[in-house]
Amino acid sequence: MSGGGNGREVMQKPMQHTITVLVENKPGVLARVAGLFARRGFNIESLAVSITDDPTISRMTIVVTGDDSTLQQINKQTSKLIDVIKVIDYSGVPIVERELAMIKVKAEPSRRAEIMQIVDIFRAKIIDISETTFTIEVTGSVAKVDAIERLLSPFGITEVVRTGKIAMARGEITAMSQVNDNA
Amino acid sequence: MKMNGANALIQSLVDHGVEVIFGIPGGVMIPIYDALYDRKDIRNILMRHEQGAAHAADGYARATGKVGVCFATSGPGATNLVTGIATAQMDSIPILAVTGQCRTTVIGKDAFQEADITGITMPITKHNYLIKNPADIPRVIAEALYIARTGRPGPVLVDVPMDMSLAEVDYEPIREVKIRSYSPEVEIDDSAIDKAVELIERSERPVLYVGGGVITSGASQELLALSEKTHILVATTLLGKGAIPETHPHSLGMLGMHGTAYANHAVHNCDLLIAVGARFDDRVTGKLAAFAKKAKVIHIDIDPAEIGKTVPADVAIVGDCKEVLKRLVERVKPRQETDWNKQIMKWRNEYPLVCPTDEDKLLPQCVIAKIWEMTRGEVIVVTDVGQHQMFAALHYKVTKPRHFLSSGGLGTMGFGLPAAIGAQVGCPDKTVVLICGDGGFQMTIQELAPAVEHKLPIKICLINNRYLGMVRQWQELFWNGRYSGVDISVQPDFVKLADAYGAAGFRVEQPSEVEPTFKKAMEINDRPTIIDFVVHREENVFPMIPAGGTIEEMMVNRPK
Ligand SMILES: Cc1ncc(C[n+]2csc(CCOP(=O)(O)OP(=O)(O)O)c2C)c(N)n1
Ligand SMILES: [Mg+2]
Repeated sequence: MSGGGNGREVMQKPMQHTITVLVENKPGVLARVAGLFARRGFNIESLAVSITDDPTISRMTIVVTGDDSTLQQINKQTSKLIDVIKVIDYSGVPIVERELAMIKVKAEPSRRAEIMQIVDIFRAKIIDISETTFTIEVTGSVAKVDAIERLLSPFGITEVVRTGKIAMARGEITAMSQVNDNA
Repeated sequence: MKMNGANALIQSLVDHGVEVIFGIPGGVMIPIYDALYDRKDIRNILMRHEQGAAHAADGYARATGKVGVCFATSGPGATNLVTGIATAQMDSIPILAVTGQCRTTVIGKDAFQEADITGITMPITKHNYLIKNPADIPRVIAEALYIARTGRPGPVLVDVPMDMSLAEVDYEPIREVKIRSYSPEVEIDDSAIDKAVELIERSERPVLYVGGGVITSGASQELLALSEKTHILVATTLLGKGAIPETHPHSLGMLGMHGTAYANHAVHNCDLLIAVGARFDDRVTGKLAAFAKKAKVIHIDIDPAEIGKTVPADVAIVGDCKEVLKRLVERVKPRQETDWNKQIMKWRNEYPLVCPTDEDKLLPQCVIAKIWEMTRGEVIVVTDVGQHQMFAALHYKVTKPRHFLSSGGLGTMGFGLPAAIGAQVGCPDKTVVLICGDGGFQMTIQELAPAVEHKLPIKICLINNRYLGMVRQWQELFWNGRYSGVDISVQPDFVKLADAYGAAGFRVEQPSEVEPTFKKAMEINDRPTIIDFVVHREENVFPMIPAGGTIEEMMVNRPK
């Protein structure tokens, strides 16, 4: 489509995007969103869901990979679900983002000091201890959680659980205010 | 007013203008069917298979523009609806399916005839509901009908557990529906209209590519006005047939895999493609990278998710086609016929759409051309799926919207007869002609019973080639003639079958018999008529562009 220049054959680079989806707090809504992603071939990297300050609304933070046109499709198709109140795409918006992880790692007495040092540097916490293990809680950006996981792995990680990323725009803007704008 | 949930459901339907339901009861539907029993204000058409019920609701909706309603019981009744619901979803047809469900107390326990129908239909409905509180019934029915018919229409399912039907409800009619997470009204971006006008005025070789959205939005007049003011010619999709009278000199007929050669040449060579209520389906585009390669694209659709889904748009206008076209007509400058119009006319003369006339064989396309000559677009044509469908799309010139009903997106064999029933119930004063294959007819043949029962004078034109013809055509053209699994010459005697059901039946084997027999059928007004047209078995549909192919690969005519 050279003349039209609509680039039908141009492949774009897949990128990670963080989107927030505000939905009716009703049973089955998660299945609707997850099912849509699955059947349209959208990749979910992580998904975190919980209730908001308005008990009738739940908030999902979804990290997806895809090129720009995929991301547009994700936004539009998700918005079409009747129970979806608002999709907010945080691409290009300054955000604060956090993830929480718990990491169980082998901790022989001889190596404990070394592990505790890493925990300190990452401002993580040891939240459980046994004869042979530490369970460590860490909060931070996805990259930070990745990094501590990497640094702990030589000690022998036996279990990891991560919440998936949650995110908010910086400054005064709130997701809820965007809902009201639209209603 | 106090009543049980079942009565509240029926009352809600009636209050929102529903006049007829198509369905089959079952254990958990007895309360709802009981609520229908004494009512004079809503018709209950008992179908013979739930798939038929869903297609009938669909055919009713396509013919009337109103929401079609179907009922089925829990478990197998509900799962039998699935094909019909998916058919409606793919073609954006507003239907409401009400299914019975086992009691809420046993849901999730593999109770008798339990099926998670809201789970099953999640990907094939616009939305669905499971009633968990009987007081919700009036609101949910109002919402379901509203969602089905507004915005981009589609099927909605409401699953009603037996205990909800039996529980007491204090019924208050719902007058206004407001759903905070659903706002189908879109404001049209006027600057996009201006950009579109500019593109149109700058273009030298524009073409309109029109889909079912124009039918849905009732935008035929506006489309015609735009085409007449600008002399831009119109190619339609299968679902767009009737958006512009196909007898109008500006109509190019259907485009795509089995489109007319001139429509495809026009689209291939255009420098501006104006897509209106169409979604660039692969049966239209063929190989995407080669489709309308030289063109800029204006894409008009009510569904923002369609914009850029398949083909990027240079100008996107999200909105109801009728309003968008109206504004375009107002602003665009008149344009006279140009060399481009002449070029398209040249293609039209070069590759005319004709039926072979020298044949003494009964050819399917000639049967359809004859039916066209005898009805001239004044009847509602319903088709099934296969070769006969494409012959009908090519050779039956539709002159009005909602007068050509066909399963496009899902391509559902078995759609035809029940959809024709729905159309005839919805439009009792019109003649309904069903053009059906012998294969698809046998998929929902049981619906002859309700057609006879309700004295529906549908003209069932069976294009009987004793083959699953469309598959056989592909095998002939692309699989070295290895006809695996397509011979259906073992079949009932359809004339006797008509008799057995209490319908009229005729057989036609000679070209000369087509006209007198069809005339006879047109005079029968109290029951369906089956005409078994025993056609030449190995006729192929042309033109054809192979799947994923380009216009260079178009086979225009049958090889001599
Ligand atoms: C439910 C269903 N099953 C299978 C198909 C695949 N299919 C498409 S066309 C066709 C042949 C249809 O045969 P017939 O109804 O006799 O019509 P003809 O092509 O011969 O006109 C088949 C099997 C389909 N579209 N739908
Ligand atoms: Mg056949």
